[in-house]
Amino acid sequence: MGIKINNQNTHNSSDEEMVLNIGPQHPSTHGVLRLKTITDGEIIKKITPYIGYLHRCFEKHCENLTYEQAIPFVDRCDYIGSMNNDFGYAIAVEKLMDIQVPEKVEYIRVIVAEMNRIASHLLAVGVFGLDVGAVTPFVYCFRDRERILDLFEMLCGARLLYNYIWVGGVSHDFPVGWVEKTYEFLDYFEPKIIETNDLLTYNKIFIERTADVGVIPPEVAISYGVTGPNLRGSGVKWDLRKNETYSIYDKFDFDIPIGTGAMGTIGDCWDRYYVRIRELEESLKIVRQALDQMPRQGDIYESMPKKIRPNAGHIYSRTESPRGDLGFYIESDGSATPSRLKLRSPAFTALSCMDEISKGWMLADMLTILGSLDIVLGEIDR
Amino acid sequence: MVDFYINLFSSIEFIKSYQSSIFIISVVLAGIPIFGFMAVNALVAVYVERKVSAFMQDRLGPMGHGVGLHAGKWGVLQTLADAIKLLTKEDIIPDSADKKLFLLAPCIIFIGSFVAFAGFPFNEFLVAADFNLGLFYILAMSSVGVIGIILAGYSSNNKWSLYGSMRSAAQIVSYEIPAALSLLPVVMLSGSLAFKDIVFAQTGSTLGILPNWFIFNNPFMVVAFWLFFIAGVAEVNRTPFDLPEAESELVAGWMTEYSGMRWAFFFLAEYANMFIVAGVATIGFLGGWLSPIPGYFDGNIWGVFWLVSKTSFLIFVMMWFRWTFPRLRTDQLMRMCWKFFLPGSFFVIIGVGLWDLIMR
Repeated sequence: MGIKINNQNTHNSSDEEMVLNIGPQHPSTHGVLRLKTITDGEIIKKITPYIGYLHRCFEKHCENLTYEQAIPFVDRCDYIGSMNNDFGYAIAVEKLMDIQVPEKVEYIRVIVAEMNRIASHLLAVGVFGLDVGAVTPFVYCFRDRERILDLFEMLCGARLLYNYIWVGGVSHDFPVGWVEKTYEFLDYFEPKIIETNDLLTYNKIFIERTADVGVIPPEVAISYGVTGPNLRGSGVKWDLRKNETYSIYDKFDFDIPIGTGAMGTIGDCWDRYYVRIRELEESLKIVRQALDQMPRQGDIYESMPKKIRPNAGHIYSRTESPRGDLGFYIESDGSATPSRLKLRSPAFTALSCMDEISKGWMLADMLTILGSLDIVLGEIDR
Repeated sequence: MVDFYINLFSSIEFIKSYQSSIFIISVVLAGIPIFGFMAVNALVAVYVERKVSAFMQDRLGPMGHGVGLHAGKWGVLQTLADAIKLLTKEDIIPDSADKKLFLLAPCIIFIGSFVAFAGFPFNEFLVAADFNLGLFYILAMSSVGVIGIILAGYSSNNKWSLYGSMRSAAQIVSYEIPAALSLLPVVMLSGSLAFKDIVFAQTGSTLGILPNWFIFNNPFMVVAFWLFFIAGVAEVNRTPFDLPEAESELVAGWMTEYSGMRWAFFFLAEYANMFIVAGVATIGFLGGWLSPIPGYFDGNIWGVFWLVSKTSFLIFVMMWFRWTFPRLRTDQLMRMCWKFFLPGSFFVIIGVGLWDLIMR
């Protein structure tokens, strides 16, 4: 018996090479991603990422939804950094409609967005540890991420998909005691970064596994359109929060960490990882400053439009999500629904350079590289 | 124990004449407790592993709560429930697998660690088969399992399994050498390959307090112990050397296609191998069944207690490694073996030899 399977993936090349399908069901593909890998022993010859397993027609849906109805769908794109997605979308629509939101709302948005950046980077760091085989840092990161999710739950009732930042405002004001709890979290979390550094960042085996591996040279990163921590890991100081300041990011004092090649070459996996660790600290700084400066009084619904019906026109607006340059292109025909909405996904561009940077490395390195890019399939497939 | 049974049966008048039957019955009677010990060892070790990992990771691990059917206080029945689940699971053999080899592989892996246990002494008398080549025998038998691993990987007809088994073969064969070489100083110091003599050579105390264990004999022995222990961890495929079953890379490595009962046998063998490696390290370097306070608490029952507790401590250290370190890469693993461990163990042999020559 036995069913003869005609393997359509047979690569027409020497017998030494083998086609290995990694995913769509694999512990390290960070979602439903399929990587068709041509290997020679353990050495990677070629990688072709196949995406679309999580395609939910986000952009097409948006053409049939009103602007406010689209927000829950935006949440579900990059489901690790939902607040940042909402933020980017809200800014795009507000630009289209010329809405100026009150200062308090700006502060609330920056606080939740940076908190979500911390949560997202914690996941990235922990899962990266898991990819190189360290299980415990992952659990530690999730323990801390859990506290942020608890705070968000207190804020808007949801733990993952918040639907919190609306066009022209936010859905709820900070509940009583939230600010104090957030301060508590900041004090709790600061030493935990040191713990992660002790356990994982400066671990000899971890450095062996990640330093010099999967180097993205700055010019390659730029030509592929890689953004966010991946670009900064390559030593390019580019962060939209500083370079194209939006919202009120100019009011805060924070650094843009870049990869320095401290353990190997500039732009290796360790650099990308370490940029995320440093960004945790920077985000903490921003949240602390924003909480200190935030006006306690004010109406958060003040600038919220009764109905969202932008004039005909189009807008492209981009913000810095945890994964990089998240762009929204919205074309309006003057009706209540966008006639076209396009999301520019930072994870998609990061994935596109997989083949270029992981050629010649071993199978284990390939998954390290994939982990260091911190992709979210929900955003790639949309 | 085999000899004991043979003598026992031979002394009974009416079965004295059936010599071959006596031998078989004796071997079976000696084997049953080993099997029992392996099963209990795996059950306890799995539970401990889960609890150790949980406490290291700020979790509780398996817990039972409330009334009705649950995993018992602190989840002590969890592994038992797992074992029942594994034994009653559907027996799956992949369609395209090489059926005979697929069925044979778990048996070979299990037999490998089972026969190694046969030569493992728990105290002076409690050993299934008392050889005068015990150390050599265990080293030889503990590498039988690799055949099973290769068979499992090959017969599964799965690329992940193949990768896992190829890695495993390279790894185990490589690390056998430093493991054996770093045990040579023990043989040099005791002048014997029999476990009994090795332990007897460690009786007494230096300076009145410090037990006369080989690890305290000279500085080179500390290095030898360290080399053997690390090589042993690599030999039993534990993190940071768990490449053959690297979860995040190879799904489950050579075990990918196995489930249920057969997979349980792999598990049993894995924990048995851990016990053997830790046990050989204990006997070779940490005084085996001798009490840590020389002259006190020695005896047959205490001996078993000391041996098992020292061994358990080393197993705990292995678990500690597993929940702390990331995983090495294949080439780094090989480099470590051939460029550091092998020269290191030669260095230790020379060092111990010279030390013994000069200090004696």
